[in-house]
Amino acid sequence: MSRDDNVLHYYEPQPDLGTPGVAAGEEVTLNIDGSAVSVPAGTSVMRAAALAGSPVPKLCATDSLAAFGSCRVCLVEISGRRGFPASCTTPVEEGMQVRTQSPELVRLRRGVTELYLSEHPLDCESCPSNGDCELQDCARELDIESSRYTAAAPADCGAADTSNPYFTFDPQQCIVCSRCVRACADTQGTFALTILGRGFDSRVGVAGDDFLGSECVSCGACVSVCPTAALVESSVIELGAPRRSVETTCAYCGVGCGLRAELRDEQVVRMVPWKDGRANEGHACVKGRFAYGYATHEDRITTPMIRDSIDEPWREVGWDEALAFTAARFSEIQARHGRNSIGAITSSRCTNEEVYLVQKLVRAGFGNNNVDTCARVCHSPTGYGLKTTLGESAGTQAFASVAQADVIVVMGANPTEAHPVFGSRLKRRLREGAQLIVIDPRRIELVDAPHVQAAFHLALRPGTNVAVLNALAHVIVEENLHDQAFIDARCDSAAFAQWREFIRDPMHSPEALEELSGVSAQTLRGAARLYASAGNAAIYYGLGVTEHSQGSTAVMGIANLAMLTGNLGREGVGVNPLRGQNNVQGSCDMGSFPHELPGYRHLSDTAARSQFEAAWGVSIDPEPGLRIPNMFDAAVDGQFLGLYCQGEDVAQSDPNTEHVEAALASLECLVVQDIFLNETARFAHVFLPGASFLEKDGTFTNAERRISRVRQVMPPLSGKADWEVTRDLANALGCTMDYTHPEQIMAEIAALTPTFAGVNYELLDEYGSLQWPCNEGAPQGTPTMHVEQFVRGQGLFAITDFIPTEERVNRRFPLILTTGRILSQYNVGAQTRRTANTAWHAQDLLEIHAEDAQQRGIADGDWVGIESRVGATVLRAQLSERVRPGVVYTTFHHPVSRANVVTTENSDWATNCPEYKVTAVQVSRVNAPASWRSRQRQSVPRAQTEEVSGDD
Amino acid sequence: MSVRYFVPADTTAIAVGADDVAQALAAALETRGEYGRIVRNGSRGAFWLEPLLEIEQHGRRVGFGPLSAAEVDAIVALPPEAREQHPLFLGDVEALPWFAAQRRLTFARAGLGDPLSLDDYLLRRGFDALERALEMAPEEIVQAIDDSGLRGRGGAAFPAGIKWRTVMDTPAGQKYIVCNADEGDSGTFADRLLLEADPYQLLEGMAIAGLAVGADTGYIYLRSEYPRAREVLRVALAKAEAAGYLGSNLAGSQRSFRIHLRIGAGAYICGEETALLESLEGRRGMVRAKPPLPAHQGLFGRPTLVHNVLTLAAATTVIADGAQAYAALGEGRSRGTLSVQLAGNVRRGGLVEVPFGVTLRQLLEDFGGGTRSGRPLRAVQAGGPLGAYLPESLWDTPLDYEALAAVGGMLGHGGLVLFDDSVDMARQARFAMAFCTEESCGKCTPCRIGAVRGTELLDRVIAREAPHSELALLEELCDTMEQASLCAMGGMTPAPVRSALAHFPEDFA
Repeated sequence: MSRDDNVLHYYEPQPDLGTPGVAAGEEVTLNIDGSAVSVPAGTSVMRAAALAGSPVPKLCATDSLAAFGSCRVCLVEISGRRGFPASCTTPVEEGMQVRTQSPELVRLRRGVTELYLSEHPLDCESCPSNGDCELQDCARELDIESSRYTAAAPADCGAADTSNPYFTFDPQQCIVCSRCVRACADTQGTFALTILGRGFDSRVGVAGDDFLGSECVSCGACVSVCPTAALVESSVIELGAPRRSVETTCAYCGVGCGLRAELRDEQVVRMVPWKDGRANEGHACVKGRFAYGYATHEDRITTPMIRDSIDEPWREVGWDEALAFTAARFSEIQARHGRNSIGAITSSRCTNEEVYLVQKLVRAGFGNNNVDTCARVCHSPTGYGLKTTLGESAGTQAFASVAQADVIVVMGANPTEAHPVFGSRLKRRLREGAQLIVIDPRRIELVDAPHVQAAFHLALRPGTNVAVLNALAHVIVEENLHDQAFIDARCDSAAFAQWREFIRDPMHSPEALEELSGVSAQTLRGAARLYASAGNAAIYYGLGVTEHSQGSTAVMGIANLAMLTGNLGREGVGVNPLRGQNNVQGSCDMGSFPHELPGYRHLSDTAARSQFEAAWGVSIDPEPGLRIPNMFDAAVDGQFLGLYCQGEDVAQSDPNTEHVEAALASLECLVVQDIFLNETARFAHVFLPGASFLEKDGTFTNAERRISRVRQVMPPLSGKADWEVTRDLANALGCTMDYTHPEQIMAEIAALTPTFAGVNYELLDEYGSLQWPCNEGAPQGTPTMHVEQFVRGQGLFAITDFIPTEERVNRRFPLILTTGRILSQYNVGAQTRRTANTAWHAQDLLEIHAEDAQQRGIADGDWVGIESRVGATVLRAQLSERVRPGVVYTTFHHPVSRANVVTTENSDWATNCPEYKVTAVQVSRVNAPASWRSRQRQSVPRAQTEEVSGDD
Repeated sequence: MSVRYFVPADTTAIAVGADDVAQALAAALETRGEYGRIVRNGSRGAFWLEPLLEIEQHGRRVGFGPLSAAEVDAIVALPPEAREQHPLFLGDVEALPWFAAQRRLTFARAGLGDPLSLDDYLLRRGFDALERALEMAPEEIVQAIDDSGLRGRGGAAFPAGIKWRTVMDTPAGQKYIVCNADEGDSGTFADRLLLEADPYQLLEGMAIAGLAVGADTGYIYLRSEYPRAREVLRVALAKAEAAGYLGSNLAGSQRSFRIHLRIGAGAYICGEETALLESLEGRRGMVRAKPPLPAHQGLFGRPTLVHNVLTLAAATTVIADGAQAYAALGEGRSRGTLSVQLAGNVRRGGLVEVPFGVTLRQLLEDFGGGTRSGRPLRAVQAGGPLGAYLPESLWDTPLDYEALAAVGGMLGHGGLVLFDDSVDMARQARFAMAFCTEESCGKCTPCRIGAVRGTELLDRVIAREAPHSELALLEELCDTMEQASLCAMGGMTPAPVRSALAHFPEDFA
């Protein structure tokens, strides 16, 4: 291999040009210290100087924040101007003559820096930020070591605040530059930090006792921008300053933030947002930035294990033995029960290359199409719905597009909790004046956050998404607010005419649907008018749209709305699924569906199939294989006996746990590949230790179709990365694979997948990331889809009849349970619960409206039993106004909550995506969870340790 | 003919007993069964005469003062022809040399009548300027302001015409007029006096500004320490709106102008225009870096005309009397009148409105009459707490912006604070630093930290603990603060320090 991904990068802070870049426009040429430099109009003198190679010292300025002008060390001289303007707040002008160095400037900068030093500890040698401190740099550059001022008494700023598990605030080190306060407000949008006091008494503070007790969401933006050691990662204090860095991609949610792992040897000292990461542009959240400790948690299993039956204890074995054991069992099952008796589940947590290999193993090695992925339980309706209407199974925009939106619809998603970095972008745009429509049963944070207020909140009854979408479309058509020119030019006119007749039916009017949906006709009409009248309107949606019996219908209803109003094919508009897992987009792209080859090409497409057959030297079954629920059904029926499950904990995350467990228990060979011994492993015969994202190379594809590199930071704890395990298993089965680096796998993907044709690691390194399609037609990738025309040619208006779910409330189950996520935890919590993130969310709670609680004699904090038609579990109650009467809500981050014990097997009509978001339940007060739960216990004993993956 | 008695309901007058006087007056009239109307007027600004009682009878208005409540009954008891015999008899107050030597334009109405009486205001040419402005094109109004030579009276003395034109020429759907009534300089009271004595003049000036620059909304940012002015303004706004001089149909013109009153929270720095705008927007009162100028992006990011009370009030004079009449007064580039506030250790303190060009000595001696203590006058601080201390050698400087600047002084908002020979100028220098420490917004480093270090240095100087090198360090600090600070707060704090060092070195020895 000629490429060396592990070349040592010595530690260097990320470059900082002082003030944010300005969108390209009119160029201004000025002269700085004798050299001409051209920059876009509106650029600061500071940034221009940095670009011209004459950086000006700075302390309050950083290029992620608007210029502030407080530190006064960035003064320059400008010909024809009085005094010494601050370069950060002075915009460039044509022909300007700037001097950044002069004896007078040095004198003033020294004067200011000496004032800083007069109230700053000078024990640099013992400071955690020694060598990574901008005040230190500034003093060094000006050649001053101490201050001549003798302070009457050192300022008493109080003790360090160590309440946050990840970072420390030491007010003694603070130079009151307000970067942290501005980052909290402008970058994160939380407004937890402020400056308390005035003048010399100005101090950074929080509302609350300390950081942990405040509104702080621990995104780390303040820590990233702090120029000194005032806000520093506690890991830096503990381990020392980093010495090298590796750029990689976050392995939590579908935002796919670029991260920079900063290390000493092979130990991660800190994980910081990578400023060049296009999905996040230098921002991160409490998970990606801090919650990486699970990767080295003591629960990690690093040795393969096997057992003949699941009631036996595990036996640790070598890799060869484990793989030979697996191969033998799988071959034997197939020999006895036929080719189709085994299958695999790919993981949305693994890399594109790893997913590709698993599906290749199934198609080329197992000789069937029994491969599916956890997207089945999250965004499969997105794939179906968008493919049907627009022609491509993916979101239409880049995240940055939201900055151009005038009206933003958030439906069935909670971005500030589940996609926090995108949530911050969204909030920034809303603070700039964009209007917001929230369609969600629950009053999510965006409805009413600091400096953000939704224009409309459609607090619909769970299960009525399609009715609400139809009502919105009905208003737009009836009030003639649609964009006929766009429809005429871009959409299938026959389908539109048919749909138009359908939607005009008075049964879809807001007045007809207000009772059913629980949203007033006035609100529905107002929201429809606002959406239709916007210059640019964008829709962002999540699992609250897809995880329904009509998930696919709702996705098509969303696409209809966007086509109807011409909100597709440019910046600021679009239809955008907020995908849950780091690589759920990629796992779908990579052909891990039983009916589709990589690139969403149907198995029945002979040309596509023969391309793979030629490349792999096998013949591929043209018949689709089994979906996950079919695998379970077939297992219970004794027809499906072997499963290779990579990085997904189906026993925990799939609906109707009892049924799933029964299926798993009937398997003759269950192979679980994971980083922890998860719930599913209780039923496994082989456990293959997985590798975390820090231990391997590859790529992830985020919700905006952005392919980003994952780079190995440390060697795999088990000795093998996941792709190596799959490769070796394939070889053990006689399906030859000889990859020595994931780059070779990507080359194969690119050769076989038209939308990936232009993707290679070299290009990824050059651009940082690429949005597919990336091929001859779009050599640098495609930020916005459907620009000239829809991928399917003409946009298709799909008929979206509203069919109520069969899951209905009745006297026995009078409440609807819906589920969601919380910022600090991730899905089933396998990772986040093994980090200090538990400081924020130690247990799942059942949110219940006070009215429903009162009827049942439930007080805040009581244990309550939740019973559905299929199961029961117990949680503590939290009285909340976020849900309306009749609806209860919980998160599912803690396995002990067993939320999926109660969810039913109802699923999307088109894709089998489970209806997680609607379960009719009864809630009652119980005395103690233990005794109550013991009555609900299942026959198979639960393991003490858990899982990795969940639903998305 | 009825008798009218005038007792100012002005903050200063009340502070020295005007309410007691008014009460005693009412009691005296009642006991005597005499019919008389008591008018609580604004103050004329002759604070050395407060509490001042004026009696108007038979077309003659005569004053008594300063008097105490105990003396009221005796004065009321006097038959009109015997009033002159009373030791506190002042005769026609306006004929007193202190008044006669003034040229009152902005304060012409102050103290004459009930400040909240619209009739009184209209009687004295009130809203004449607004009526004229409604006949004028915006360009004409701006041209008149430009031609008048009017400059910002808040302290910076920026040509008002340029500012008005900039706001007028900046395209925007929404613009604002903001009146800076956060009068915080020590020794100044002109804004408050005007607000309490003649509030409609300000409202009229703001409406004219709105017509000129295309703003339909104004804000008055008033300091919280002026509760009386707040009350007067509150009522004045309501009455002006009810009478159609504000609102959606300005004086019947179908044009709209509304004014909102906002109260500060006790921060001196909010008198700085950008900090004021931050505060008006509901934020912490922190100085903004310029550019952008408020005229381009001011309140809520919209083009905003920010002016001091006196500047907006003077606009009514310019429009009513014509630019030429206004420009005819003054000297050099300082046109019109200056409202000087005599304060500190002064015998005849109060508001003196004179054309620019009068010398400092005329003000201190002729108007001020020297110190109240009777000791020799040693220093005068011009232009508020951040203005220079001027020694006698500079008192013949004519008061105009440029002439004063040429000798290292600053006219500022027109406050003059007098000190007799008992003053310790090192302590005064320290006071400047201490004031900055107290009032700094804390945004920029030279001001936030520099003021504290300056105070500490001067403490050591005063305690005679400072080696000579510390005075050099103080000089360096003054340089840093002057040249590197974000706004005038930190930038001007060295002025009093340096003037004290330069002119009174003996106090630092």
